[in-house]
Amino acid sequence: MADVIKTATRDAYGKALIELGHEDKNIIVMDSDLAEATRTGKFKKEFPDRFFDSGIAEADMMCIAAGLAATGHTVFASSFAMFAAGRAFEQIRNSIAYPNLNVKIGATHAGISVGEDGASHQCCEDIALMRSIPNMVILNPADDIEARLCVLAAAKHDGPVYMRFGRLAVPRVFDENYNFEIGKGNVLVDGTDVTIIATGLMVNEALIAAENLKADGISARVVNMATIKPIDSDIIVDSVKKTGAVVTAEEHNIIGGLGSAVAEVVCEKCPAPVLRVGVEDVFGRSGPAVELLHIYGLDAAHIEEKAKEAIKLK
Amino acid sequence: MDENLKKQLKIFACKARIGAIEGIYCAKAGHPGGSLSICDLLSYLYNVEMNVDPKNPHDPKRDRLVLSKGHAAPALYATLALKGYFPVEDLKTLRKSDSYLQGHPNMNKVPGIDMSTGSLGQGISCAVGMALGGKIDKEDYRVYTILGDGEIEEGQVWEAAMFAGNHHLDNLTAFVDYNGLQIDGSIEEVNSAYPIAEKFAAFKWNTIEIDGHDFDAIKKAVDDAKACKGMPTAVIMKTVKGKGVSYMENAVNWHGAAPNEELYNKAMDELKSALVELEA
Repeated sequence: MADVIKTATRDAYGKALIELGHEDKNIIVMDSDLAEATRTGKFKKEFPDRFFDSGIAEADMMCIAAGLAATGHTVFASSFAMFAAGRAFEQIRNSIAYPNLNVKIGATHAGISVGEDGASHQCCEDIALMRSIPNMVILNPADDIEARLCVLAAAKHDGPVYMRFGRLAVPRVFDENYNFEIGKGNVLVDGTDVTIIATGLMVNEALIAAENLKADGISARVVNMATIKPIDSDIIVDSVKKTGAVVTAEEHNIIGGLGSAVAEVVCEKCPAPVLRVGVEDVFGRSGPAVELLHIYGLDAAHIEEKAKEAIKLK
Repeated sequence: MDENLKKQLKIFACKARIGAIEGIYCAKAGHPGGSLSICDLLSYLYNVEMNVDPKNPHDPKRDRLVLSKGHAAPALYATLALKGYFPVEDLKTLRKSDSYLQGHPNMNKVPGIDMSTGSLGQGISCAVGMALGGKIDKEDYRVYTILGDGEIEEGQVWEAAMFAGNHHLDNLTAFVDYNGLQIDGSIEEVNSAYPIAEKFAAFKWNTIEIDGHDFDAIKKAVDDAKACKGMPTAVIMKTVKGKGVSYMENAVNWHGAAPNEELYNKAMDELKSALVELEA
């Protein structure tokens, strides 16, 4: 295990943009003065004529991206999740999603793992915001392999996509043969007692939790859910049928994110206990990312606890 | 400008005013004041200036118009219908639940609408994006956008102005419908963003101030904007809100209200007699 590769999904985003830039001259990248941090700066270096910086003006950037898309371009518009989904929510809603334009929002620095910058920059509300907008697709990759595939799939998708990336380097979960498809979750570990449905950096924690639960004689199924919208209801229903209880795990407020999306499907199609691991409706704070993840219960230990609780509720 | 052409433009604008008021009356809702104030500009742009084809509304080489003050949709719909994008008869379906003529412009439902707008301040940024797209693709189409003088209170307008000025988007012309009124009262009373021209100039725009109901002045402004290289142009058009309907002129209460039957008939009488006079 010493050789586990760790990469931040934002790094994979920056690399994938360059790959796309070589493949398709129609790709335009925009940023709002965070090109170094969001990793779009690499694209800027490689394709200076197809990179535009709005400066610190996210609202303007989103609508310029919409105008560019209306002239036939595929535009990747980048900022931190807080300022993309938060600051520019209404621009995304009215000028991108309502006209269903080809703008792909690359939102980095999502969640608590932003770390030292603190609560003002730790966006744990973006999935909830984006999920409520018609036409929007939401992708939240677990590692660099999946992040790259999300970017390539977003470019091919006709319409707006919100991609959520992290600042923190996270362990690689998938191998090079992994096949990603928008709207499809995938079973990483099969099990019979409980299903852990995880997204983003919580997928790795879910895998650790499943391994630890074995020692307690609990067989946990682990489902990776990179597409939060449209949610893969088939895999949720199938998991409930096979295990009878669900724990969701995400680096986001437990209100409005993956947990809510899964609970909606379970309530409507196959009622069963659903317990949510996530940020419990509080603001974050400054601190080293890994430490914060533990403080806010975003770790394998908390998933294991919730899994045992969920089984009791069956 | 040739007098006959000017007469034709006036006739078209008058018909557009009739179409706009008909739609608002049938919908029992809408924004007559700011629709009537831009009909002369729309008449000039769609009849003389813009390279557009109602038979091919998605031509990638066409000129584009973004109605940033989207609530003036009735004027734009009437203009597009008169140009043959869709039947004039459909104007009466404005804002009905089974109509494609939404309260604010929708680019995917209405032929000839280049951008969905309605939330103030966003249209100009979209127009900036289109102008940038034209530059990237080395196409020579032009992009026009129309803003309200209340709308420019939105901070995003100045973000867009900053970007367009810094990127030398000389294929972009923004018209500001300077009619002096917004929903809550006069612009001066509410929270004025005046002076307008000076602000655009500060963001590296070419600025022109005209009477927005004078076709010679509109033509000169549009021509000057095209001739200006390296800078976008802002045309600040002094207009009369509610232009053409006596009781709506310069009256803030007609920003967003539909006339009742009696007042509708009065508006139609005035506009139709103006039309008869123009056509004589």
